[in-house]
Amino acid sequence: MKIEMTVNGELRKLDVNPLSRLLDILRNDLSLTGTKEGCGEGECGACSALMNGLLVNTCLIPIAQCDGSEILTIEGLASSKRGEVLTEAFAEAHSVQCGFCTPGMVLAAESLLRKTPKPDEQQIREGLAGNICRCTGYDMIIDGIQLAAEKGDGLW
Amino acid sequence: MVETLRPRKLDEALTWLSERKALPLAGGTDLMVHFRNYTGTDSLIVRPVLFTDAIDELHSVEDLGDSLKIGAACLLSELENNELVPSLLRQAISQIAAPALRNRATLAGNVCNASPAGDSLPPLYLYDSHVVLASSSGTRTIPLVDFITGPGKTIRTDDELLTHILVSKSQNEKIYYRKVGTRAANALSKLTVAAFAELENNIIMDLRMAFGAVAPVVVRERAVEIIFIGKSIDQVDLDEFRQAYAPHIRPIDDQRSTALYRKEVALNLAGDFIRKIQENL
Ligand SMILES: Cc1cc2nc3c(=O)[nH]c(=O)nc-3n(C[C@H](O)[C@H](O)[C@H](O)COP(=O)(O)OP(=O)(O)OC[C@H]3O[C@@H](n4cnc5c(N)ncnc54)[C@H](O)[C@@H]3O)c2cc1C
Ligand code: FES
Ligand code: FES
Repeated sequence: MKIEMTVNGELRKLDVNPLSRLLDILRNDLSLTGTKEGCGEGECGACSALMNGLLVNTCLIPIAQCDGSEILTIEGLASSKRGEVLTEAFAEAHSVQCGFCTPGMVLAAESLLRKTPKPDEQQIREGLAGNICRCTGYDMIIDGIQLAAEKGDGLW
Repeated sequence: MVETLRPRKLDEALTWLSERKALPLAGGTDLMVHFRNYTGTDSLIVRPVLFTDAIDELHSVEDLGDSLKIGAACLLSELENNELVPSLLRQAISQIAAPALRNRATLAGNVCNASPAGDSLPPLYLYDSHVVLASSSGTRTIPLVDFITGPGKTIRTDDELLTHILVSKSQNEKIYYRKVGTRAANALSKLTVAAFAELENNIIMDLRMAFGAVAPVVVRERAVEIIFIGKSIDQVDLDEFRQAYAPHIRPIDDQRSTALYRKEVALNLAGDFIRKIQENL
């Protein structure tokens, strides 16, 4: 079927199997490989993106449901001012080790900061509840998000 | 490639559903896992699929005075933040999965999935909720207790869509919700307990309690509740209260927990609810 969606600000017209996963369309058809597949079952958050402003797991979304929607992936976020602040803060706080979870963590952070620009630790932990990291032990990711909230004061 | 339809209008959805006997897909958070496919392979769903997420009529929460009419396309994250929804139900919803899941998953999907571990179900049972089923030949409104008949089983026919869930608007003061799972987020429940009580000068005017994941369907026993209604809360003996529920808690062993653990913890939490009110916690 034919669908149209805006990905990182650009209108994309695609002819797709309606039940293909958004994750596969992003990675394979649009070459946006920043979105990762971890579990493929909604449990790890590596495949996170924002859909119409809401944090979602792209491994669980049939592409037909994306018709008419706006998708923001890590590539789109990274090139924005807020994305830059998050990137710097994550680097400075050593929030990244292997990096596999990082795109999802950054998108979960973006989603959280949009609602709660000055989150406390508990709010950050709740915001990241669906994102698994096998390396950092989370504390450094929480530091990174707190640092981003400070550095990016007024951006969210 | 399977046929799919993603209509804006309910009547279009119902006509197509009855013609195709299609599989309704709301947030897909149960279905996409159940029919999981891998990169480079086609979806394992072979039936026609009716997407319900774009149907305008199913997106609202309507205030009917005493009750709320919740559309089948309403997201868990919307209901979690809607102050009209009873706080006990909101509390249960906020402990389902994680934010990204709740941004896609629906209450209707949780109900239709009819899992013994469906976390919205115990609160919905407490509030005597009903479901509205519609087909191209009419609608029927059914108590939730009659809708769900077993694990994964409901009385919905192939041409029916669940369009609304009717929930009481009561906001109770003494509410209690405990979800027992292996970790805070993204873990299915080993068991859940939901309860509320209404007191007037320490006399129990109403008391309701429901247990999830301790039997094939949610356990709620009005006969047990009635034993304690009318008594003074201070006179309720914790052991007697636990014993009254004991015969109704019939859990199984599965990969998440054991029957023994479930029963023991369910009864302890039942007692904990009464103790908390008695100690005014
Ligand atoms: C990682 C993860 C964690 C989870 N954690 C929890 C948890 O903690 N607690 C919990 O209770 N659940 C949990 N779930 C299960 C799931 O997210 C919920 O059951 C959710 O509410 C399902 O809603 P949905 O809209 O995504 O349903 P779908 O997957 O779209 O549908 C579920 C079922 O309902 C049917 N259906 C949907 N809408 C209608 C309708 N309008 N009429 C008729 N039938 C319909 C579908 O055909 C299907 O059989 C989890 C799932 C995942 C992947
Ligand atoms: S790959 Fe989507 S949540 Fe793990
Ligand atoms: S940095 Fe390796 S999984 Fe998080």
